[in-house]
Amino acid sequence: MYLKKLTVTNFKNYSDCSVDLSPGVNCFVGNNGVGKTNILDAIHYISLSRSFFNSIESQSVRFGEDFFIIQGVMSHGGGEESISCSYRCGKQKVLRHNGKEYERFSDHIGKYPAVMISPSDGQLITGGSEERRRFINLIISQYDSSYLNSLMAYNRALQSRNRLLKDSGGRAVIDDYLLESLDSQLVKHGTAIYSARVGLIEKMVPVFRDFYSDISMEREAVELRYRSQLNERELGELLLTSRERDSYLQYTSCGVHKDDLEFLIGEGKSVKQTGSQGQQKSYLVALKLAKYDYISNMSGRKPMLLLDDLFDKFDADRVEQLIRMLVNRKFGQIFITDTHSERLRLILDRTSSDYYLYAIDSSGVCEVVQNGISHEKKQD
Amino acid sequence: MDHHTYPSRLLENAVNEFASLPGIGKKSAFRLVMHLLRRDQEDVTRFGEAIIRLRREISYCSSCHNISDTPLCRICSTPSRDNTLICVVENIQDVIAIENTRQYRGLYHVLGGVISPIEGIGPADINIKSLVERVLRDRPGEVILALSSTLEGDTTNYYLYKKLCSSGVKITTLARGVSVGDELEYIDELTLGKSLLNRMPFTAE
Repeated sequence: MYLKKLTVTNFKNYSDCSVDLSPGVNCFVGNNGVGKTNILDAIHYISLSRSFFNSIESQSVRFGEDFFIIQGVMSHGGGEESISCSYRCGKQKVLRHNGKEYERFSDHIGKYPAVMISPSDGQLITGGSEERRRFINLIISQYDSSYLNSLMAYNRALQSRNRLLKDSGGRAVIDDYLLESLDSQLVKHGTAIYSARVGLIEKMVPVFRDFYSDISMEREAVELRYRSQLNERELGELLLTSRERDSYLQYTSCGVHKDDLEFLIGEGKSVKQTGSQGQQKSYLVALKLAKYDYISNMSGRKPMLLLDDLFDKFDADRVEQLIRMLVNRKFGQIFITDTHSERLRLILDRTSSDYYLYAIDSSGVCEVVQNGISHEKKQD
Repeated sequence: MDHHTYPSRLLENAVNEFASLPGIGKKSAFRLVMHLLRRDQEDVTRFGEAIIRLRREISYCSSCHNISDTPLCRICSTPSRDNTLICVVENIQDVIAIENTRQYRGLYHVLGGVISPIEGIGPADINIKSLVERVLRDRPGEVILALSSTLEGDTTNYYLYKKLCSSGVKITTLARGVSVGDELEYIDELTLGKSLLNRMPFTAE
């Protein structure tokens, strides 16, 4: 299965643009601000019905217009399927499959998976722990609706418990049974969340290590560790023993909402503090590829891999190493953006047999290189 | 219509009162008020009095807190009902829903809400104390917890269980799973998953 054709109308900086795509590697090159990343974001829309970068739909509409349409043609087992995502200002977004409107977006999500690797991933390392929990939550909930349900119930129970602790103003006047009732809900949903997270990380760690050593070409060991208070004790016990402290603090100080991922390199040193820019980037790319591998196993389909600004913090050798690995390991359809046409083309001529390269300037797509042979873009 | 432009103070007050009801906006409120103005004065007086009497004279059953015109409601005072069964529900709509099934001949206990600390509703704000007293006094054979399948419903179930379990009364809760007449392919994964986990022995009836 691969994306054969992409058409966007009034999307971000494009008024009208249509590109045919290779099942192998597709590259979009051009200067800053010509809209390379917007192509990747359009593909993200096709896959997940939303932007990777911006949750406000109206900001994806081309300036001065009041709607956008993104259409994709997927080639699948000899046949073709069409997907379209359209939005008109002030209306609900509409997602269609072969012309038929979806009643629930969740029926679509996960069917045509995609994984984006972008410079903004850096937030996973530099940002707070909620970034890393969000990373985990988005992966698991795509294929496990009971996880999403547990997550929502847990957060609601947590809000209730915190409200109760706050209302009692630090005095020990709380109805014990009531606290116990809320604790029972936190335990029920929190334990389900915990075991799903353990399961995910267990599957991801070996794949992640493998990818890292392939990308980095270095020998340093890396580790990915799931840190949770539930690793040591059961949640019910934790809540019970922290009850006194919690009523003093007026919030719930333990539970899966305190979970985090530890990114380690060398001998247990934090990537954030000791990793070089290149090491950090390798770490993030390996992490995203481990996510790719997990999604690929869960859905039985190879996700579309979106590599935004690949040369960000990587030198040409490392990019070549990465593309070579992706091609050798049969990663399916890949999309790459870069500012320099020549350096990318040199790498692709050496590594892949099947690639399309689109040169983009401020007027849109102007030149296409297919497997080394250059064509002017037909105006249609 | 902009509400600053009402030609009469009386009109504006009436529109505002209607608009304070759930599901009614300013425009609908205005339409309703204009409709009332076109009706006979006696009709409108009857309408107003029905509401005033409703609020002033309504009473709740002293035993189960159902709405009632008498101190003991119609259900509680029917001798043929099984007084060894108490079904705990959130509100009066739920009583009507369960009565409509015609499958239940026991008594009720209307909580008047569920525990929801986020909204500031604690156990003391709903009819839990009277339920506990009633169970200890009347010693029913079974208490059925028939609350919504939400976080607040589950929290309240647990709370009631803790309050009642020492009395030794049998405590049950509604079955959760596939609805009657549902086709499996249309059921959401969550419900279907729960139904599989809570599957039950087949009975050849």
